[in-house]
Amino acid sequence: MAEITLKNLSIEFGDFKAVDDVNLTVKDGEFVVYLGPSGCGKTTTLRCIAGLVKATRGDVLFDGQRVNDLTASERNIAMVFQFVSLYPHLSIKENIVFPLKARGIAKAEIARKLDWVTDVFKLGDELRRYPGALPPGARQKVALARAVIRDPAVLLLDEPLSAIDEQFREEMRWELGHLQRQLGVTTIYVTHDQREAMSLADRIVLMNDSRIVQVSEPDRMFFDPINVFAGQFIGSPSMNLIDLVPVSGGLRLGDSEVTLTEKRDRLPQWALASKRPLKLGVRPLNVHLTDEKSAGDALPVDDIFSVGRERFFSFRIGDNIYQGVDKRLSTGGTEGRVHFEPEGLLFFDADTGRRVDAEAAA
Amino acid sequence: MSDTKIPSGSDTQAIAHATRQNVLRKRSSGRLMIFGFLSPTLAILLFMVAYPIFSLIYYSFYNFSALRQSTMKPVGLGNYAYLLSDPELWERFIFTGKFVFICVTLQMLIGIFVGYQMQKNFRGRDVIFTILMMPMMLSPVVVGFLWRYMLNSEWGIINFLLSSVGIAKIDWLGQTNAALWAAAAADTWMWTPFIVLLATAAFRGIPETIYEAAEVDGASPAYRFFRITLPMSAPVLFIALILRLIDSFKQYDLFVALTGGGPGSSTETVSFSVAKTAFSYFYTGEASALAVILLVIIIGLSMILVRHLTKMGEKY
Repeated sequence: MAEITLKNLSIEFGDFKAVDDVNLTVKDGEFVVYLGPSGCGKTTTLRCIAGLVKATRGDVLFDGQRVNDLTASERNIAMVFQFVSLYPHLSIKENIVFPLKARGIAKAEIARKLDWVTDVFKLGDELRRYPGALPPGARQKVALARAVIRDPAVLLLDEPLSAIDEQFREEMRWELGHLQRQLGVTTIYVTHDQREAMSLADRIVLMNDSRIVQVSEPDRMFFDPINVFAGQFIGSPSMNLIDLVPVSGGLRLGDSEVTLTEKRDRLPQWALASKRPLKLGVRPLNVHLTDEKSAGDALPVDDIFSVGRERFFSFRIGDNIYQGVDKRLSTGGTEGRVHFEPEGLLFFDADTGRRVDAEAAA
Repeated sequence: MSDTKIPSGSDTQAIAHATRQNVLRKRSSGRLMIFGFLSPTLAILLFMVAYPIFSLIYYSFYNFSALRQSTMKPVGLGNYAYLLSDPELWERFIFTGKFVFICVTLQMLIGIFVGYQMQKNFRGRDVIFTILMMPMMLSPVVVGFLWRYMLNSEWGIINFLLSSVGIAKIDWLGQTNAALWAAAAADTWMWTPFIVLLATAAFRGIPETIYEAAEVDGASPAYRFFRITLPMSAPVLFIALILRLIDSFKQYDLFVALTGGGPGSSTETVSFSVAKTAFSYFYTGEASALAVILLVIIIGLSMILVRHLTKMGEKY
């Protein structure tokens, strides 16, 4: 078990800054998920913590001890890679006990540990087979077994589920979360899949363009995004982003006739008084259709469509198309007025993309 | 067969017969086509490989000299019996065996070591690699002469270098053991690059993540080499080993140029004996029998190789 601290960590490959001045502390036993688009630097950060990539500047600390100069094998970490990293010439059993044998652990101890992981991962039948004979999902299970067999201080997971088919992924995700809580091992997990991040993480570290955008619990990440990027990256379908134009009595939505007012939409005073151009962020979840003439606004509704149990609709402001969730019980036609829930309104600076309303404390 | 009439016995037979005829016709016309396409190659193979081998086997049962074609006496297994009871021949086999063992061991060890260095990326790797490959491109006769000059006891560079550090001149090619090692050195100089080439390719074929996983798993560089690198490239290294075994076992031209079989006939390999018996003494029948023995051994080695290759094809 260990606490991991990244202090002003920068990693450069030639002129390319893969990780730019990152600070983070992962608490002992915490499950932290690095989330972000491809190429944002999350895997590089993970590999640096593992000791497979050198830090250009800054430090990596394990329990306050600087580990920059330790090799991967000296750091007492375990890692599961995105693509197959099992040893193809060794049986599943030999693969799993490899880290113990490499460290010269006594035979009796190896046998005891092997029994334990075989039991945890239900691997009995597979032990004598070879990696090539297993489906990708089972291979990652073996990789995970190999990772935890020697009680690592830190468990590092680099998109471990991305090469597995959908059905098995759900199952593995659940098992992984369960296992981590059971072992209480400090875990850092890299993914670009927000569902994995939302369901597994104690805290999510959102990265973009080599920098950390926001660090917070999954709920807050969803409801309190720190900027436009965080708001739009998390949540599916993604957050609507609408221009706000200051007019007398309120803020007009883009090119439409609709004006949000202080009274009806509970617009904050400062927003009305704002001299800066703003953007309104509102999740489809917080935009509804209503049949009441007094509620809602007359915005042209394009389409209503069902995805599974949920019914979505799209509406237009100027040339832009936005989405909302139709929660009406009737499946009545494409008529209806668009209603924005006041508590779902997020305000962003139109130029910098930063969140500007009062709740954005983080 | 949607109408439900149950066919009588003769009907079924008739149908079966017709179908079989059809299949046979189709199959035989397909076969004819395949044979048609293969025939040029087959003809060449027949002429270049099968005919010489069959005449070789044929002559091996006769007391026969190519110089006197008229006197050809069948002797059955006489040639073989004579050869196998000839202590001189056993010496040739022992010498060849020693040579093969020294060559293959040295080449594998050095080749794997250099190959492991060459798999790494470093500046000038391509240039060094190209230079390393050059000995392999020379003809063995050229290599033989090259080393013969270098090993010359009076003015060769090797003795010159040795004398400069105070070691007395060695008559490299005048003593059986020294000549054996000299020949092995020349063969190793020439063929180690081949092992380097295959070993480098095999080592480079191992995915980087495998090494990273091993490093994370706490394996030391030596542990990684013996538990990951070597076993994972073993199939390729095994092929290299067998190819070198076969090749050095057949070695002939290097010895012609380097030692001429001397001193005496002590550095004659089995192949060398075949050539000498056939074309110096013109004991064609006896030489044929010896060549057949050699052939059997090499076919044996090749079969190991072919079986291994087939297994590899199934595995990957």
